[in-house]
Amino acid sequence: MSRIASAFENKKAFIAFLTCGDPDLSTTAACVRAAVENGANLIELGIPFSDPTAEGPVIQGANLRALTGGVTTDEIFDMVKELRKDVNVPMVFMTYANVVFSYGAERFISTCREIGMDGLILPDLPYEEKEEFLPLCHTYGVDLISLIAPTSENRIAMIAKEAEGFLYIVSSLGVTGTRSEIKTDLQSMIEVVRQNTDIPCAIGFGISTPEQAAKMAGISDGAIVGSAIVKIIEKYGSKAAPYVGEYVREMTAGL
Amino acid sequence: MTNNNGRFGIHGGQYIPETLMNAVIELEEAYNHYKDDAAFNEELTALLNDYAGRPSGLYFAEKMTRDLGGAKIYLKREDLNHTGSHKINNVLGQALLAKKMGKTRLIAETGAGQHGVATATAAALLDMECVVFMGEEDTVRQALNVYRMRLLGAEVVPVKSGTGTLKDAVSEAMREWTSRIADTHYCLGSVMGPHPFPTIVRDFQAVISRESKAQILEKEGKLPDAVIACVGGGSNAIGSFYHFIEDKDVRLIGCEAAGRGIDTFETAATVNTGRVGIFHGMKSYFCQDKYGQIAPVYSISAGLDYPGIGPEHAHLHDIGRAEYVPVTDDEAVEAFEYLSKTEGIIPAIESAHAVAYARKIAPVMKKDQVIIITISGRGDKDCAAIARYRGEDIHE
Repeated sequence: MSRIASAFENKKAFIAFLTCGDPDLSTTAACVRAAVENGANLIELGIPFSDPTAEGPVIQGANLRALTGGVTTDEIFDMVKELRKDVNVPMVFMTYANVVFSYGAERFISTCREIGMDGLILPDLPYEEKEEFLPLCHTYGVDLISLIAPTSENRIAMIAKEAEGFLYIVSSLGVTGTRSEIKTDLQSMIEVVRQNTDIPCAIGFGISTPEQAAKMAGISDGAIVGSAIVKIIEKYGSKAAPYVGEYVREMTAGL
Repeated sequence: MTNNNGRFGIHGGQYIPETLMNAVIELEEAYNHYKDDAAFNEELTALLNDYAGRPSGLYFAEKMTRDLGGAKIYLKREDLNHTGSHKINNVLGQALLAKKMGKTRLIAETGAGQHGVATATAAALLDMECVVFMGEEDTVRQALNVYRMRLLGAEVVPVKSGTGTLKDAVSEAMREWTSRIADTHYCLGSVMGPHPFPTIVRDFQAVISRESKAQILEKEGKLPDAVIACVGGGSNAIGSFYHFIEDKDVRLIGCEAAGRGIDTFETAATVNTGRVGIFHGMKSYFCQDKYGQIAPVYSISAGLDYPGIGPEHAHLHDIGRAEYVPVTDDEAVEAFEYLSKTEGIIPAIESAHAVAYARKIAPVMKKDQVIIITISGRGDKDCAAIARYRGEDIHE
C-alpha cells in the first residue's frame, strides 16, 4: 500500500494545502506540523510559480509573497527533508509543469523520492500530456495525481481508469478559492469514478467551512482545503501556525 | 506540420487544466468541420473582403529602397485593414467559428490593444458579448485603444496581477474561461496557447502570405529573397511566413523585441534569451529563471512584451528554417520615425521592429534582391508613447 492510500484508510481524509515559503519556509514547516497534529491526513505543498493560472486571487497572493521572499525549489526540498524527520503523513507537491520541467524532470522527480514526497499534482498537465512525466514518476515511485473537473463528462472513465494515488475532484468551474455554494452534481461524477477505479477520491476547490468539508467528504473519500488555510497564513504571517492548527481541528472534527 | 495534440517538433501540446480539455476538444472538432466547409469559407471571405478591406496591398517602397541602396523593399500593408492591424484576420475567423458553435460571448487578451479592438469589433458586428483582459500597465500605455474597445461595446478588465502586461492578460483570460465555458469562446490573439489555437490562428493569418506570394510573383515574377515580420507570440509573422515555408530559398526572419538589449534583463527576446519550457498551454521557448519562474519581460512595444513565442516558431527555429533576431527599443523607435518620414507610413511600434531589421540588411543585399516587410499594424496608437520616449510630453 502506498503511503497516500494510508491517508484514506478506514477514514475520511482531510487534505490541507499551503504554499511553501509564504511568508517564509519556517512558517510553512510550523503550519504543516500544526495541521498534522490537529488531524490533517495528507499535506499538499504548493511550490510557488510566477504565473499560477489555475489559482484564484488568494493563492495567487501566496505565490507572490513566497516568490518575493525569494524561496526556491531547492530550499523547499531542504524543508521537506527536515519535516520528514518527524512528519509521517503522506505529502504531495502541487505546482505547475514548468517548475518540474525546468528543474529537469528526472532530477525533480528523483529528488521527490529521495526526500519522501509521495505524489505530484500538476494542474496544467491533463491526461493528454501526462506522458511528459509519468514514466519518470513510475521509475521513482511517485504518484502522478489526476484531476477530474465538472466539465470532464465523457473523460471521467478514461482518467479514472489510469489514476494513481488519489483522484482530485474539482468541485466547481473556475479557479481555486472559497465559494459559498457548490452546485456541481458531484455525486454522479463520483459514481462514474467508482465504476472505474478503486483508488480514493477527494474533493477540492471552494471548501472552507466544516459543514462543506463534512458534506464533500460524505460523498467522496476526503476534502481538500487550500484557500481558506492560505487566508489564515496571509492574516497572521509568521505567527500563523497555531491558528492553522485550530482551523484544521475544527474542520476535521466533523469528518 | 502538426501531428497529434498539435505538436510542432517537440513544441506545442495542450498543457491546460482538465476543466478546459473538453472545450479545446470541442473547438478542434468544430474547426476541423468548418475549415473545409464551403459556406463557412464563403462567409469568412466575404467578411474579410467587404468588411475588413482585404486583400491588403503589397506596396513597393521606392524611396526607402533608394535610400537604403540595396534590395528592393515591399511592404505588406496589414496596417490598412479595418481596425488597423492584421489581428482582424484571425478574429473574424474565430468569431464566426464561435458563432457556428453556438457561443454568444467572446473573451480575449490584449497587449497593445489591437487584438482587443479587433475582437470588440467582431463582437459588435456579430452581436456577441465581449470582455477583453488587458494588463493594467498596458491600459495606461494604450489608453486610446481602451476607449475604442469600450466604444465598440466591450468590457475592458484591467489586469493587476503579475507584471500587469500581456502574459498576465493571457493568464486572466484563461482563468475566466475555466469559470465560464458553455457560452464563451476564448478568442486567443496569437499563434500560442494550447492546441488547436496555434494551428487555427496560423490558418486564419496565412491569408497574409497567400496574398503576398501571389502579389510578389505578379510584380516581380519571382519569389522574395527575404520575408521579415515582428514576433511577439508570432501571429503576423507566421501568417507572413506560412506559404513561403516550402520555398527554401526565401529567408524567413522574425524580429523579436530586445527592449533595452539582450544583454540586459529588460528584454522580451524569447528565442534569443529564453529556453524551452511549458507555459500558457504550450511547450515552447520562454524567458525564465533557473527555477522555471517566468521572467518579467520588457519592451517599449506592448504587443511584443510577452515572455514566450508560438510553438511553430520555436520549431522553425529548431530546424533552422526561420531566423529570429533581436531589435532594441531604440532601433524600433528610429525605424518608426524613418518609415513615417520616408514613405509617409506610420507603422505600429511592433511592426517598426521589422522595419528596423530591414534597414540593417537591405543595404548589404543586391539591387535585384527583394525583401517583403509585413507592416502588421498602423502606428497612430503609439504616437503619444513615442513622443514621450523622445521627451515630448503630449497627451491624447
